Amino acid sequence: MINRLVAVAFVALAAFASAPASAAGGAALLESNVNLKDQASLQRGAALYMNYCAGCHSLGYQRYSRTAKDLGLSEDQVMSYLNFTGAKFGEHMLSAMDPGDGEAWFGKAPPDLSLVARAKPGGPDWTYTFLKSFYVDETRPAGWNNTVLVGSSMPNVLWNLQGIQRPVYGEAQGGSAAPVSGFELAPQGSQSPAEFDRTIRDISAFLAYVGEPAALKREAYGVWVILFLAVFTLLAWLLKTEYWRDVH
Amino acid sequence: MSSMINRTVENVTQWVDDRAPGLKGAYNKHIGQYYTPKNFNIWYYFGSLALLVLVNQIVTGIWLTMNYKPSAAEAFASVEYIMRDVPWGWLIRYMHSTGASLFFVVVYLHMFRGLIYGSSQKPRELVWVIGVAIFLVLMAEAFLGYVLPWGQMSYHGAQVIINLFGAVPFIGNELTEWIRGDYLVSDATLNRFFALHVIALPLVLLLLVVLHLGALHEVGSNNPDGVDIKKMKGPDGKPLDGIPFHPYYTVKDLFGAGVFLTIAAFIVFFAPTFGDLFLEYDNFVPANPMVTPDHIKPVWYFTPYYAMLRAVPDKLFGVIVMGGAVLILFLLPWLDRSSVRSIRYRGPLTKLLITIFVVAFISLAWLGLQPGSEMQTLMARIFTVYYFAFFLLMPLWSQWDSTRAVPERVTTHD
Amino acid sequence: MANQDVDTGRRRFLTVTTAVVGGAGAIMAAVPFISSWQPSARAELAGAPTTESIGKLEPGQRLTVTWRGQPVFIIRRTPQQLELLASPNDRLKDFDSANPEQQPEYAKNSYRSVKPEYLVLVGLCTHLGCVPLFKPEVQAEPFDADWKGGFYCPCHNSRFDLAGRVYQGVPAPTNLKVPPYRFVDDSTLIIGVDPQGAA
Repeated sequence: MINRLVAVAFVALAAFASAPASAAGGAALLESNVNLKDQASLQRGAALYMNYCAGCHSLGYQRYSRTAKDLGLSEDQVMSYLNFTGAKFGEHMLSAMDPGDGEAWFGKAPPDLSLVARAKPGGPDWTYTFLKSFYVDETRPAGWNNTVLVGSSMPNVLWNLQGIQRPVYGEAQGGSAAPVSGFELAPQGSQSPAEFDRTIRDISAFLAYVGEPAALKREAYGVWVILFLAVFTLLAWLLKTEYWRDVH
Repeated sequence: MSSMINRTVENVTQWVDDRAPGLKGAYNKHIGQYYTPKNFNIWYYFGSLALLVLVNQIVTGIWLTMNYKPSAAEAFASVEYIMRDVPWGWLIRYMHSTGASLFFVVVYLHMFRGLIYGSSQKPRELVWVIGVAIFLVLMAEAFLGYVLPWGQMSYHGAQVIINLFGAVPFIGNELTEWIRGDYLVSDATLNRFFALHVIALPLVLLLLVVLHLGALHEVGSNNPDGVDIKKMKGPDGKPLDGIPFHPYYTVKDLFGAGVFLTIAAFIVFFAPTFGDLFLEYDNFVPANPMVTPDHIKPVWYFTPYYAMLRAVPDKLFGVIVMGGAVLILFLLPWLDRSSVRSIRYRGPLTKLLITIFVVAFISLAWLGLQPGSEMQTLMARIFTVYYFAFFLLMPLWSQWDSTRAVPERVTTHD
Repeated sequence: MANQDVDTGRRRFLTVTTAVVGGAGAIMAAVPFISSWQPSARAELAGAPTTESIGKLEPGQRLTVTWRGQPVFIIRRTPQQLELLASPNDRLKDFDSANPEQQPEYAKNSYRSVKPEYLVLVGLCTHLGCVPLFKPEVQAEPFDADWKGGFYCPCHNSRFDLAGRVYQGVPAPTNLKVPPYRFVDDSTLIIGVDPQGAA
């Protein structure tokens, strides 16, 4: 009876551990559907990141050489298409922006994004939803706001791809201002919504990879380890049963 | 070939025995001729598993120390260095973090076994007391270890726990400054926590584990029926219901280790963060004294006690309640007045109260993880009161409850 | 325990099999720990090949650079020095650079270099690791009345010629080490990689 109770408790605990994530503002996150096994997606994501994000945001724990190895790129490809700061191949992917300048220009230095996918509940879902949730806001210094990170000083660097997103306001609750309940896209940018979704999916995939490069191989190793342990456990069980024939 | 191996082993054993005769006696006393009840069930795996996890923590811990830098400036980066640049560093790190959480799973289940089978009753009071001391040291060791990555939760968690000591009357402020070695949680704090975590407490832990096993072996193990196996001996002077630990329990514990390692491997390779439970999201952000995380909470294994702390509106009283909840465990041998050890021979009241106790403890753990609300605070208060009532009233309910006759022999025998 | 026939054969088989599989598992578990001692990505970066510019090096001059934390001498030898090296010298321990540990195949010649004009050596005495002094002048020295130019180590008086070859009668056992290196062009060297297509 105690055993059954404890079993129920464990199931409950396991269910809790896999609870769905939500953004800090309480809004549900969109599903990014990133696929870390899709190397092409990671490569596009790396290129997009270096073009649109790396000007301000460092990836201070990620080396160019590691990116090359994990994404199936040659040293030449990485140094030609991804390295804009003149860093050595083995060095970290730092932004050229001085943190002091960043603070002066934006009010807060753009943070390092090496671990953003591990620091936010939802991981890549968070970055995906964030990149999709910019809207025009004349009251902000950069002219943009974001429903995922309200009051963010970051401009929408992808606006020429996405287009201009304007807020649609919902019902005001109590005395507070009307919340942003949706967006309308006008005009569309150079990418269709589907193309843009793929763009931010690729960036999110790349950032998820950068958060934990070992994840690319971790699960594959795990399969072998668990198979081995299953065989060992079976043998140990047979051994145990054999000896315990003596015991009555 | 195998007889040559056997003869060599015999010769070497004889050579050692001639020069250190006590060793053979010690081996026999503790393993070869240690007569153990034959009716151990699943609840009896967790002692040897705790030892296995301890070995894991020590070995992976030593290896982490080879690359970890215990300074406020370098600690966080050194952990990422281990995760990315050190060959297989990520695996060693995950084995250590998963091991830390599994240590508490195993230890809580191990303690629960003691509760339901009356393992703390005479003559095993000392085994239990040393065990609770191990639990206390383990909690300190885990807390210190969690500070070392120097993430947001490491820093602010350390801040909160050290500030609890500020509740001590008169000397509170001086005490917290002394613990920190500084006016705030800083490099000085981190460095000394590193020394305590890596060498001081592990030595204490090892010593206590040796004493725990020594005290156990003096009186012999309990069993699920609570029967004293030494009362019924055979013509050879060995307990009728006992079997030598080796080979029977070495072989059984090997199987138990296999099952456990399979589960552990699943977590290490497929879910090392286990949601937010084993490696918290906020700890992937470097410590920033200026920014407090939205929701400071300890790692899951401390949350039952954290929930109790938050449930009490007064700071000093809250600390006393939280500390008391752990310290009251020391008194179990004297609170439990039942004439019968095992839950199997106790009445429905005991079964009900222990079931509610499990629900209360797990609920408190869940509540400690939540940000908190009025309803949650009320629930936490109710469960905290129950927790203490369970123990404080135990001298009464353990005697009131009915019991059945305990058999002379264990229930699984010819 | 009740007496039942113990199948010792099966028992031994299972014990041995479990022990072997368990032992294999233990060895496999040890692999990550032992591998973790290999140089990390950070060490590999620090030990990576370095590119050195030698365009401004005059004949007879020495440039000292760092590679893998070691001093590396780059010497531009004069025609006179190269002539001296061509003639046999029976006072050396390893005239032919027979010891394969001390230079790559492409430096196993009378100049111990890729191009005769430029000598590249690890600037550590092969005795106990002091940095030898550069003594290129052909003149009588207190440590050798018949000095033909080369390197002199002040720690224990080891001597090497202008190709880094060690003299007899000194404590250093082997010639100065030639690191892997290649020419990118006439005025640029990379130290730490062999020439393309070379052994």
